Amino acid sequence: MKKIIFQFLALSLIFTYSAQSAESGGMPQLNPEFWISQIFWLVLTFGLLFIVLSKFILPKISNNLETRKSQILENIETADKQREETEKKVKEFDKIINDTKVEAKNFFNSERQKVLDDINNKRLSLEKDIEKEIIKAEEEIDQLKKTSQEKITKIAIETSSDLVKQLIGEDINKSSLSAIVEDLSKKEMEKHNGI
Amino acid sequence: MAANPMYQFNVYRIGPEIKINNIDISFTNASLFMVISSLAILIIFNLGTKRSIIPNKIQLLAELSYSFISKMISDTAGSKAKPYFSFIFSLFMFVLFCNMFGMIPYSFTVTSHIIVTFVLAAFIFIGVTIIGFIKHGLGYLKLFVPSGVPMVLLPLIVVIEIISYLSRPISLSVRLFANMMAGHTMMKVFGGFVVSLGIVGGWLPLGFSVALTGLEILVAFLQAYVFAILTCIYLNDALNLHH
Repeated sequence: MKKIIFQFLALSLIFTYSAQSAESGGMPQLNPEFWISQIFWLVLTFGLLFIVLSKFILPKISNNLETRKSQILENIETADKQREETEKKVKEFDKIINDTKVEAKNFFNSERQKVLDDINNKRLSLEKDIEKEIIKAEEEIDQLKKTSQEKITKIAIETSSDLVKQLIGEDINKSSLSAIVEDLSKKEMEKHNGI
Repeated sequence: MAANPMYQFNVYRIGPEIKINNIDISFTNASLFMVISSLAILIIFNLGTKRSIIPNKIQLLAELSYSFISKMISDTAGSKAKPYFSFIFSLFMFVLFCNMFGMIPYSFTVTSHIIVTFVLAAFIFIGVTIIGFIKHGLGYLKLFVPSGVPMVLLPLIVVIEIISYLSRPISLSVRLFANMMAGHTMMKVFGGFVVSLGIVGGWLPLGFSVALTGLEILVAFLQAYVFAILTCIYLNDALNLHH
Protein backbone atom coordinates (compact mmCIF):
# COMPACT_ATOMS: atom_id res chain seq x y z
CA MET A 1 0.00 0.00 0.00
CA LYS A 2 2.76 2.41 1.02
CA LYS A 3 4.66 1.51 -2.09
CA ILE A 4 1.68 2.30 -4.28
CA ILE A 5 1.21 5.70 -2.69
CA PHE A 6 4.87 6.52 -3.08
CA GLN A 7 4.84 5.50 -6.71
CA PHE A 8 1.73 7.56 -7.31
CA LEU A 9 3.32 10.59 -5.71
CA ALA A 10 6.51 10.24 -7.70
CA LEU A 11 4.57 9.79 -10.92
CA SER A 12 2.42 12.80 -10.34
CA LEU A 13 5.45 14.93 -9.49
CA ILE A 14 7.05 13.94 -12.74
CA PHE A 15 3.88 14.80 -14.61
CA THR A 16 3.67 18.20 -12.96
CA TYR A 17 7.25 18.94 -13.81
CA SER A 18 6.85 17.93 -17.42
CA ALA A 19 3.59 19.88 -17.75
CA GLN A 20 5.15 23.00 -16.35
CA SER A 21 8.32 22.81 -18.35
CA ALA A 22 6.37 22.13 -21.52
CA GLU A 23 5.46 25.76 -21.94
CA SER A 24 8.07 28.44 -21.37
CA GLY A 25 6.23 31.57 -22.40
CA GLY A 26 7.30 33.94 -19.67
CA MET A 27 4.90 36.70 -18.69
CA PRO A 28 2.08 37.38 -21.12
CA GLN A 29 1.87 40.83 -19.52
CA LEU A 30 5.08 41.86 -21.24
CA ASN A 31 3.87 40.81 -24.66
CA PRO A 32 2.98 44.11 -26.36
CA GLU A 33 0.70 42.49 -28.95
CA PHE A 34 -2.54 43.59 -27.26
CA TRP A 35 -1.31 46.63 -25.34
CA ILE A 36 -2.95 49.14 -27.61
CA SER A 37 -6.19 47.19 -27.55
CA GLN A 38 -6.12 47.01 -23.76
CA ILE A 39 -5.44 50.74 -23.46
CA PHE A 40 -8.20 51.52 -25.91
CA TRP A 41 -10.78 49.38 -24.14
CA LEU A 42 -9.66 50.56 -20.72
CA VAL A 43 -10.10 54.20 -21.74
CA LEU A 44 -13.43 53.41 -23.36
CA THR A 45 -14.96 51.37 -20.51
CA PHE A 46 -13.51 53.40 -17.68
CA GLY A 47 -14.42 56.65 -19.39
CA LEU A 48 -18.00 55.52 -19.94
CA LEU A 49 -18.18 54.20 -16.39
CA PHE A 50 -16.88 57.50 -15.03
CA ILE A 51 -19.29 59.58 -17.13
CA VAL A 52 -22.36 57.52 -16.28
CA LEU A 53 -21.47 57.32 -12.60
CA SER A 54 -20.68 61.01 -12.22
CA LYS A 55 -23.56 62.31 -14.35
CA PHE A 56 -26.41 59.98 -13.49
CA ILE A 57 -25.83 57.64 -10.58
CA LEU A 58 -23.72 59.39 -7.97
CA PRO A 59 -25.85 62.58 -7.89
CA LYS A 60 -28.91 60.44 -7.25
CA ILE A 61 -27.20 58.61 -4.39
CA SER A 62 -25.96 61.82 -2.81
CA ASN A 63 -29.40 63.33 -3.29
CA ASN A 64 -30.95 60.33 -1.57
CA LEU A 65 -28.52 60.64 1.32
CA GLU A 66 -29.22 64.37 1.64
CA THR A 67 -32.98 63.96 1.60
CA ARG A 68 -32.77 61.18 4.14
CA LYS A 69 -30.57 63.28 6.38
CA SER A 70 -32.87 66.29 6.12
CA GLN A 71 -35.94 64.15 6.65
CA ILE A 72 -34.39 62.57 9.71
CA LEU A 73 -33.51 66.03 11.05
CA GLU A 74 -37.05 67.21 10.36
CA ASN A 75 -38.51 64.20 12.08
CA ILE A 76 -36.25 64.73 15.06
CA GLU A 77 -37.33 68.36 15.20
CA THR A 78 -41.02 67.50 15.14
CA ALA A 79 -40.44 64.80 17.69
CA ASP A 80 -38.70 67.33 19.94
CA LYS A 81 -41.54 69.76 19.49
CA GLN A 82 -44.10 67.14 20.32
CA ARG A 83 -42.14 66.04 23.32
CA GLU A 84 -42.01 69.61 24.60
CA GLU A 85 -45.73 69.90 24.06
CA THR A 86 -46.40 66.71 25.93
CA GLU A 87 -44.15 67.89 28.74
CA LYS A 88 -46.13 71.11 28.90
CA LYS A 89 -49.37 69.17 28.92
CA VAL A 90 -48.08 66.89 31.64
CA LYS A 91 -47.12 69.93 33.69
CA GLU A 92 -50.56 71.43 33.20
CA PHE A 93 -52.13 68.16 34.14
CA ASP A 94 -49.98 67.96 37.28
CA LYS A 95 -50.91 71.51 38.14
CA ILE A 96 -54.58 70.79 37.72
CA ILE A 97 -54.31 67.70 39.87
CA ASN A 98 -52.44 69.63 42.56
CA ASP A 99 -54.97 72.46 42.46
CA THR A 100 -57.87 70.09 42.75
CA LYS A 101 -56.12 68.28 45.57
CA VAL A 102 -55.60 71.52 47.47
CA GLU A 103 -59.15 72.58 46.74
CA ALA A 104 -60.48 69.27 47.93
CA LYS A 105 -58.40 69.51 51.08
CA ASN A 106 -59.60 73.04 51.74
CA PHE A 107 -63.15 72.06 51.10
CA PHE A 108 -62.82 69.05 53.32
CA ASN A 109 -61.21 71.11 56.09
CA SER A 110 -63.81 73.84 55.95
CA GLU A 111 -66.62 71.33 55.92
CA ARG A 112 -65.12 69.50 58.81
CA GLN A 113 -64.72 72.77 60.67
CA LYS A 114 -68.33 73.56 59.97
CA VAL A 115 -69.48 70.18 61.11
CA LEU A 116 -67.32 70.40 64.21
CA ASP A 117 -68.65 73.87 64.98
CA ASP A 118 -72.15 72.67 64.46
CA ILE A 119 -71.56 69.71 66.73
CA ASN A 120 -70.01 71.96 69.36
CA ASN A 121 -72.88 74.41 69.19
CA LYS A 122 -75.41 71.68 69.41
CA ARG A 123 -73.60 70.07 72.27
CA LEU A 124 -73.31 73.38 74.09
CA SER A 125 -76.97 74.13 73.65
CA LEU A 126 -77.80 70.60 74.64
CA GLU A 127 -75.64 70.90 77.69
CA LYS A 128 -77.31 74.16 78.55
CA ASP A 129 -80.70 72.59 78.10
CA ILE A 130 -79.66 69.64 80.13
CA GLU A 131 -78.36 71.90 82.84
CA LYS A 132 -81.56 73.85 82.80
CA GLU A 133 -83.52 70.68 82.93
CA ILE A 134 -81.37 69.45 85.76
CA ILE A 135 -81.81 72.68 87.65
CA LYS A 136 -85.51 72.58 87.05
CA ALA A 137 -85.67 69.00 88.10
CA GLU A 138 -83.64 69.74 91.20
CA GLU A 139 -85.90 72.63 92.02
CA GLU A 140 -88.89 70.42 91.49
CA ILE A 141 -87.31 67.75 93.63
CA ASP A 142 -86.59 70.33 96.30
CA GLN A 143 -90.09 71.63 96.10
CA LEU A 144 -91.42 68.13 96.08
CA LYS A 145 -89.27 67.38 99.09
CA LYS A 146 -90.61 70.38 100.88
CA THR A 147 -94.19 69.89 99.84
CA SER A 148 -94.06 66.19 100.42
CA GLN A 149 -92.89 66.72 103.97
CA GLU A 150 -95.58 69.23 104.57
CA LYS A 151 -98.13 66.99 102.92
CA ILE A 152 -96.89 64.01 104.85
CA THR A 153 -97.09 65.89 108.11
CA LYS A 154 -100.53 67.13 107.14
CA ILE A 155 -101.67 63.67 106.19
CA ALA A 156 -100.09 62.31 109.30
CA ILE A 157 -101.82 64.93 111.39
CA GLU A 158 -105.13 64.26 109.73
CA THR A 159 -104.84 60.52 109.92
CA SER A 160 -103.64 60.70 113.48
CA SER A 161 -106.47 63.07 114.41
CA ASP A 162 -108.89 60.75 112.63
CA LEU A 163 -107.39 57.79 114.45
CA VAL A 164 -107.54 59.58 117.77
CA LYS A 165 -111.11 60.61 117.04
CA GLN A 166 -112.02 57.08 116.23
CA LEU A 167 -110.22 55.77 119.23
CA ILE A 168 -111.33 58.32 121.70
CA GLY A 169 -114.36 59.74 119.95
CA GLU A 170 -113.31 63.25 120.64
CA ASP A 171 -111.67 66.03 118.78
CA ILE A 172 -108.24 66.83 119.96
CA ASN A 173 -106.49 70.05 119.63
CA LYS A 174 -104.95 70.04 116.27
CA SER A 175 -101.96 72.14 117.18
CA SER A 176 -100.82 69.76 119.93
CA LEU A 177 -101.22 66.84 117.53
CA SER A 178 -99.29 68.54 114.83
CA ALA A 179 -96.51 69.32 117.28
CA ILE A 180 -96.25 65.67 118.19
CA VAL A 181 -96.38 64.51 114.56
CA GLU A 182 -93.76 67.02 113.56
CA ASP A 183 -91.55 65.91 116.33
CA LEU A 184 -91.89 62.29 115.31
CA SER A 185 -91.44 62.92 111.63
CA LYS A 186 -88.35 64.99 112.32
CA LYS A 187 -86.90 62.09 114.22
CA GLU A 188 -87.80 59.77 111.36
CA MET A 189 -86.26 62.12 108.80
CA GLU A 190 -83.11 62.36 110.83
CA LYS A 191 -83.00 58.59 110.90
CA HIS A 192 -83.47 58.54 107.10
CA ASN A 193 -80.97 61.18 106.37
CA GLY A 194 -78.54 59.66 108.80
CA ILE A 195 -77.95 62.86 110.73
CA MET B 1 -1.39 24.20 -21.53
CA ALA B 2 -3.66 24.99 -18.64
CA ALA B 3 -1.06 23.67 -16.20
CA ASN B 4 1.17 26.65 -16.85
CA PRO B 5 0.47 29.13 -14.03
CA MET B 6 1.06 32.06 -16.36
CA TYR B 7 -1.39 30.79 -18.95
CA GLN B 8 -4.29 32.51 -17.18
CA PHE B 9 -2.83 35.92 -18.03
CA ASN B 10 -2.89 35.31 -21.76
CA VAL B 11 -4.84 37.83 -23.76
CA TYR B 12 -6.62 36.49 -26.81
CA ARG B 13 -8.94 37.96 -29.36
CA ILE B 14 -12.67 37.45 -29.06
CA GLY B 15 -14.51 37.94 -32.32
CA PRO B 16 -13.11 39.63 -35.40
CA GLU B 17 -9.92 41.62 -35.65
CA ILE B 18 -10.61 45.35 -35.48
CA LYS B 19 -8.00 47.64 -36.96
CA ILE B 20 -8.08 51.42 -37.23
CA ASN B 21 -5.15 52.96 -39.12
CA ASN B 22 -3.23 49.73 -38.78
CA ILE B 23 -3.63 49.78 -34.98
CA ASP B 24 -5.07 46.62 -33.48
CA ILE B 25 -7.92 47.41 -31.08
CA SER B 26 -9.62 44.03 -31.23
CA PHE B 27 -12.06 42.98 -28.54
CA THR B 28 -10.17 40.62 -26.23
CA ASN B 29 -10.92 38.72 -23.06
CA ALA B 30 -9.39 41.66 -21.18
CA SER B 31 -11.85 44.01 -22.85
CA LEU B 32 -14.66 41.57 -22.05
CA PHE B 33 -13.88 41.68 -18.35
CA MET B 34 -13.51 45.46 -18.37
CA VAL B 35 -16.97 45.67 -19.92
CA ILE B 36 -18.38 43.13 -17.47
CA SER B 37 -16.93 44.97 -14.46
CA SER B 38 -18.20 48.34 -15.66
CA LEU B 39 -21.65 46.95 -16.40
CA ALA B 40 -21.79 45.22 -13.02
CA ILE B 41 -20.87 48.48 -11.28
CA LEU B 42 -23.45 50.42 -13.27
CA ILE B 43 -26.21 47.86 -12.70
CA ILE B 44 -25.56 47.52 -8.97
CA PHE B 45 -25.31 51.24 -8.35
CA ASN B 46 -28.23 52.01 -10.59
CA LEU B 47 -30.33 49.59 -8.57
CA GLY B 48 -29.12 51.45 -5.50
CA THR B 49 -30.58 54.79 -6.51
CA LYS B 50 -34.20 54.09 -5.63
CA ARG B 51 -35.68 56.92 -3.66
CA SER B 52 -36.81 55.26 -0.51
CA ILE B 53 -36.29 56.49 3.00
CA ILE B 54 -35.60 53.01 4.33
CA PRO B 55 -33.06 51.49 1.91
CA ASN B 56 -33.15 47.92 0.68
CA LYS B 57 -30.01 45.82 0.59
CA ILE B 58 -28.61 47.01 -2.74
CA GLN B 59 -29.41 50.61 -1.92
CA LEU B 60 -27.72 50.20 1.44
CA LEU B 61 -24.66 48.76 -0.31
CA ALA B 62 -24.52 51.66 -2.76
CA GLU B 63 -24.99 54.26 -0.04
CA LEU B 64 -22.47 52.64 2.28
CA SER B 65 -19.84 52.55 -0.48
CA TYR B 66 -20.68 56.16 -1.31
CA SER B 67 -20.15 57.31 2.26
CA PHE B 68 -17.11 55.01 2.68
CA ILE B 69 -15.29 56.61 -0.25
CA SER B 70 -16.52 60.08 0.58
CA LYS B 71 -15.14 59.66 4.10
CA MET B 72 -11.86 58.29 2.75
CA ILE B 73 -11.45 61.31 0.49
CA SER B 74 -12.32 63.88 3.11
CA ASP B 75 -10.00 62.17 5.63
CA THR B 76 -6.98 62.09 3.35
CA ALA B 77 -7.40 65.01 0.96
CA GLY B 78 -9.72 67.35 2.82
CA SER B 79 -12.80 69.17 1.59
CA LYS B 80 -11.01 70.62 -1.44
CA ALA B 81 -10.99 67.17 -3.05
CA LYS B 82 -14.79 67.03 -3.31
CA PRO B 83 -14.90 67.75 -7.09
CA TYR B 84 -12.74 64.67 -7.69
CA PHE B 85 -15.06 62.41 -5.74
CA SER B 86 -16.72 60.77 -8.72
CA PHE B 87 -13.37 60.04 -10.35
CA ILE B 88 -11.98 58.37 -7.24
CA PHE B 89 -15.26 56.53 -6.72
CA SER B 90 -15.17 55.19 -10.29
CA LEU B 91 -11.50 54.32 -9.93
CA PHE B 92 -11.99 52.42 -6.68
CA MET B 93 -15.04 50.58 -7.97
CA PHE B 94 -13.41 49.72 -11.29
CA VAL B 95 -10.28 48.33 -9.67
CA LEU B 96 -12.28 46.52 -7.01
CA PHE B 97 -14.67 44.90 -9.47
CA CYS B 98 -11.87 43.93 -11.84
CA ASN B 99 -9.98 42.35 -8.94
CA MET B 100 -13.07 40.57 -7.67
CA PHE B 101 -14.13 39.26 -11.08
CA GLY B 102 -10.61 37.93 -11.39
CA MET B 103 -11.30 35.73 -8.37
CA ILE B 104 -13.88 33.70 -10.31
CA PRO B 105 -12.20 30.56 -11.67
CA TYR B 106 -11.45 30.59 -15.41
CA SER B 107 -12.05 34.34 -15.54
CA PHE B 108 -9.51 36.98 -16.47
CA THR B 109 -8.01 39.54 -14.12
CA VAL B 110 -7.82 42.88 -15.89
CA THR B 111 -5.68 44.46 -13.19
CA SER B 112 -3.03 41.75 -13.43
CA HIS B 113 -1.71 43.41 -16.57
CA ILE B 114 0.91 46.06 -16.05
CA ILE B 115 -0.28 48.06 -19.05
CA VAL B 116 -3.75 48.53 -17.56
CA THR B 117 -2.57 49.57 -14.12
CA PHE B 118 0.15 51.71 -15.63
CA VAL B 119 -2.31 53.61 -17.81
CA LEU B 120 -4.50 54.26 -14.77
CA ALA B 121 -1.51 55.33 -12.65
CA ALA B 122 -0.06 57.49 -15.40
CA PHE B 123 -3.40 59.19 -15.90
CA ILE B 124 -3.60 59.88 -12.17
CA PHE B 125 -0.01 61.12 -12.09
CA ILE B 126 -0.46 63.47 -15.03
CA GLY B 127 -3.84 64.66 -13.76
CA VAL B 128 -2.51 65.34 -10.27
CA THR B 129 0.50 67.20 -11.66
CA ILE B 130 -1.72 69.35 -13.88
CA ILE B 131 -4.06 70.09 -10.92
CA GLY B 132 -1.04 71.02 -8.81
CA PHE B 133 0.30 73.46 -11.40
CA ILE B 134 -3.16 74.96 -11.99
CA LYS B 135 -3.77 75.46 -8.26
CA HIS B 136 -0.33 76.75 -7.27
CA GLY B 137 1.36 77.79 -10.52
CA LEU B 138 5.11 77.39 -10.35
CA GLY B 139 4.78 77.33 -6.57
CA TYR B 140 3.90 73.67 -6.98
CA LEU B 141 7.61 73.07 -7.46
CA LYS B 142 7.99 73.83 -3.73
CA LEU B 143 6.78 70.28 -3.29
CA PHE B 144 10.34 69.21 -4.05
CA VAL B 145 11.85 71.54 -1.47
CA PRO B 146 10.89 70.41 2.00
CA SER B 147 11.04 73.12 4.63
CA GLY B 148 13.58 72.99 7.42
CA VAL B 149 16.29 71.22 5.43
CA PRO B 150 19.86 72.57 5.78
CA MET B 151 21.18 74.26 2.63
CA VAL B 152 24.00 71.74 2.30
CA LEU B 153 21.63 68.84 1.95
CA LEU B 154 19.16 70.65 -0.25
CA PRO B 155 20.47 69.60 -3.70
CA LEU B 156 20.46 65.97 -2.64
CA ILE B 157 17.00 66.20 -1.07
CA VAL B 158 15.55 67.89 -4.14
CA VAL B 159 16.92 65.18 -6.38
CA ILE B 160 15.49 62.48 -4.10
CA GLU B 161 12.13 64.20 -3.97
CA ILE B 162 11.96 64.52 -7.73
CA ILE B 163 12.84 60.86 -8.18
CA SER B 164 10.25 59.80 -5.63
CA TYR B 165 7.65 62.00 -7.31
CA LEU B 166 8.42 60.60 -10.75
CA SER B 167 8.37 57.03 -9.49
CA ARG B 168 4.84 57.44 -8.15
CA PRO B 169 3.06 56.09 -11.25
CA ILE B 170 5.45 53.16 -11.41
CA SER B 171 5.07 52.25 -7.77
CA LEU B 172 1.30 52.71 -7.94
CA SER B 173 0.88 50.55 -11.04
CA VAL B 174 3.43 47.88 -10.14
CA ARG B 175 1.96 47.47 -6.64
CA LEU B 176 -1.48 46.57 -7.98
CA PHE B 177 -0.23 44.54 -10.93
CA ALA B 178 2.32 42.55 -8.92
CA ASN B 179 -0.12 41.79 -6.13
CA MET B 180 -2.77 40.51 -8.48
CA MET B 181 -0.35 38.55 -10.64
CA ALA B 182 1.50 36.97 -7.73
CA GLY B 183 -1.69 35.92 -5.98
CA HIS B 184 -3.23 34.38 -9.05
CA THR B 185 -0.02 32.63 -10.04
CA MET B 186 0.31 31.16 -6.58
CA MET B 187 -3.26 29.94 -6.61
CA LYS B 188 -2.72 28.39 -10.00
CA VAL B 189 0.46 26.65 -8.81
CA PHE B 190 -1.34 25.20 -5.81
CA GLY B 191 -4.26 24.21 -8.03
CA GLY B 192 -1.79 22.40 -10.30
CA PHE B 193 -0.44 20.54 -7.27
CA VAL B 194 -3.94 19.46 -6.35
CA VAL B 195 -4.47 17.98 -9.80
CA SER B 196 -1.09 16.30 -10.04
CA LEU B 197 -1.01 14.90 -6.50
CA GLY B 198 -4.48 13.50 -6.98
CA ILE B 199 -6.85 12.19 -4.35
CA VAL B 200 -4.07 11.02 -2.05
CA GLY B 201 -1.73 13.96 -1.72
CA GLY B 202 -3.88 16.73 -3.10
CA TRP B 203 -5.62 17.65 0.12
CA LEU B 204 -2.83 19.78 1.51
CA PRO B 205 -2.46 22.03 -1.56
CA LEU B 206 -6.25 22.10 -1.81
CA GLY B 207 -6.39 23.45 1.73
CA PHE B 208 -3.74 25.99 0.81
CA SER B 209 -5.72 26.92 -2.25
CA VAL B 210 -8.85 27.49 -0.19
CA ALA B 211 -6.94 29.61 2.31
CA LEU B 212 -5.27 31.52 -0.52
CA THR B 213 -8.66 32.23 -2.07
CA GLY B 214 -9.74 33.95 1.12
CA LEU B 215 -6.45 35.84 1.27
CA GLU B 216 -6.73 36.84 -2.37
CA ILE B 217 -10.23 38.22 -1.87
CA LEU B 218 -8.84 40.30 0.97
CA VAL B 219 -5.93 41.40 -1.24
CA ALA B 220 -8.35 42.25 -4.06
CA PHE B 221 -10.22 44.62 -1.78
CA LEU B 222 -7.10 45.92 -0.08
CA GLN B 223 -5.29 46.74 -3.32
CA ALA B 224 -8.29 48.60 -4.68
CA TYR B 225 -8.42 50.52 -1.41
CA VAL B 226 -4.68 51.23 -1.49
CA PHE B 227 -4.90 52.35 -5.10
CA ALA B 228 -7.72 54.75 -4.27
CA ILE B 229 -6.17 56.06 -1.07
CA LEU B 230 -2.80 56.68 -2.71
CA THR B 231 -4.63 58.63 -5.40
CA CYS B 232 -6.21 60.65 -2.61
CA ILE B 233 -2.82 61.26 -1.02
CA TYR B 234 -1.31 62.44 -4.31
CA LEU B 235 -4.34 64.63 -4.82
CA ASN B 236 -3.86 66.00 -1.32
CA ASP B 237 -0.26 66.95 -2.19
CA ALA B 238 -1.51 68.79 -5.24
CA LEU B 239 -4.41 70.54 -3.51
CA ASN B 240 -2.90 71.43 -0.14
CA LEU B 241 0.76 72.24 -0.59
CA HIS B 242 2.23 71.53 2.84
CA HIS B 243 5.90 72.01 2.16
